[in-house]
Amino acid sequence: MKFWPVYKKEIRSYFTSPIAYVVMLFFLLLTGIFFMVFISDFNFASMNQSPYESYNLNITYRVVRPLFGNMSVIMLFVIPLITMKPFAEERKSGTMELLFTFPLSDIDIVLGKFLAALSLFLVMLALTLVYTLFMAIHTNPEFGTITSGYLGLLLMAAAFIALGLFISSITENQIIAAVATFGVLLIFWIIQWTGSNELLRHLSLLEHFNNFAEGMIDTRDIVYYLSFMVLWLFMTLRVLESKKWRS
Amino acid sequence: MIELQGVNKSFGAFQVLKDISFKVNKGEIVGFLGPNGAGKTTTMRILNGFMPATSGKAIVAGYSVDEHPLEAKRRMGYLPENVSLYNDMTVKEYLAFVAEAKQVPRSERKAKLSKASRQCAIEDVSNRLIGSLSKGYRQRVGVAQAIINDPEVLIMDEPTTGLDPAQIIEIRELIKSFAGEHTIILSTHILQEVSATCQRVIIINDGQIVAEDSLDNLTGSSAKGGSLMIRVEGDTRRLRDKLASLKGVVSVRDAGKPEEQGVTDLILATDKESDIRRIVAETVVGSGCGLLELRPIRLSLEDIFMQTITKNV
Repeated sequence: MKFWPVYKKEIRSYFTSPIAYVVMLFFLLLTGIFFMVFISDFNFASMNQSPYESYNLNITYRVVRPLFGNMSVIMLFVIPLITMKPFAEERKSGTMELLFTFPLSDIDIVLGKFLAALSLFLVMLALTLVYTLFMAIHTNPEFGTITSGYLGLLLMAAAFIALGLFISSITENQIIAAVATFGVLLIFWIIQWTGSNELLRHLSLLEHFNNFAEGMIDTRDIVYYLSFMVLWLFMTLRVLESKKWRS
Repeated sequence: MIELQGVNKSFGAFQVLKDISFKVNKGEIVGFLGPNGAGKTTTMRILNGFMPATSGKAIVAGYSVDEHPLEAKRRMGYLPENVSLYNDMTVKEYLAFVAEAKQVPRSERKAKLSKASRQCAIEDVSNRLIGSLSKGYRQRVGVAQAIINDPEVLIMDEPTTGLDPAQIIEIRELIKSFAGEHTIILSTHILQEVSATCQRVIIINDGQIVAEDSLDNLTGSSAKGGSLMIRVEGDTRRLRDKLASLKGVVSVRDAGKPEEQGVTDLILATDKESDIRRIVAETVVGSGCGLLELRPIRLSLEDIFMQTITKNV
């Protein structure tokens, strides 16, 4: 539990800076707008059943799935803003030097920062449960799909954050960290559009999320996200180590 | 308490430290003196485990910094050259974070925190954001974070850079007050700092230790030896070589502009074991020069510093 002090410090620094609130605000605004659009669309269709159009009046199909799909896209923009700071700022302001002379191992430091970023995202995600609550009151969505969707978002966020931390650890500049993280995530996102190559399809972050949004929990997808996360956390550790050798 | 054994450090092809070895005993305050770029900060960083040595061993409080970094780091406090702290934390929050990161037991944290705040006189700013503090206060917060775990060893890298004269004196007093309680090594290029705070000096130049002794011995205040100032009349070219070859003479150099025409002032650094006044006088007279004056002088640290670092160029 030696990562605890680092974790607490990171959480404090997130919530004392405006970044966390701005990011949360726009995440909720965007997801809220999407939710509103899907709900009103669903509402409209349910009141105007046309015999000529077949409209599937199923809230899971019409609202829950597209909402998760959109949330995953918004995450693509939001996570780089959460992960740009942790290492880049410490390196730039020089606080890294003292941090490394404390009796903490590199793993403690990386884990503390990773869990803090993940916690911030969890707070944002928890706020979106309002939409679920709204649906639960007024209709009857499938909670299985919602659970698997949230699990998918969580795993994907962990994978995104690990990559973001890695990029934050190799630069001093927060803007570069955010832009590069966004770029790399986007590449992993659209890699499946590059063709019918099986390998590239399996590498795609999007491909693996689709199952979760559809209510399917497949161990292959879980393993994919977890290994993506572990890979980049491991790379971050290597970067910290190499910086010490080179410094 | 602090020991370096044959430490080398290279950055790529550039060798910064060449076979550095020294020892600091318990309770001592040792000044690590050297011009800018001599390798002081690198040595400090090897000691505090920030970077490993290319070869050789660093031991702090009985633990090898390489093999047991956490044990060693738990027993040391470090004040970096540029004290960068988290500007978005208050002093109290920051010190609490450091205490926790340094694994001060929960039950002692509060007491240690207030002790460090009191020692560094930062109690009245404890609820202010670090970002809003003046440089002097920041430096003191830096010292407070270094001593918060009651470390056996304190490593300070140029603790008074950028402070105003009053603050410099305060920080020096603070460091002196730690004597006996902590073993301290402080690096600096400011000579007064060493004479004001340290008992022993290690002089480093170009990555090598060029002198290591107690302040008293170095400045030649011991009864015999030290340095001699001679004022001679006449042609001194041959005399210099003769003097330099005398047993016990370490170096011969000019002592600046002579006051009279045809008169030269020379300073002989002698090794401290021998009293060579008599033989020097005989040599001067024997070479046909007039000996006008001969007196032992107490060297200032500046003289020693210049002597040792120029000697090795």
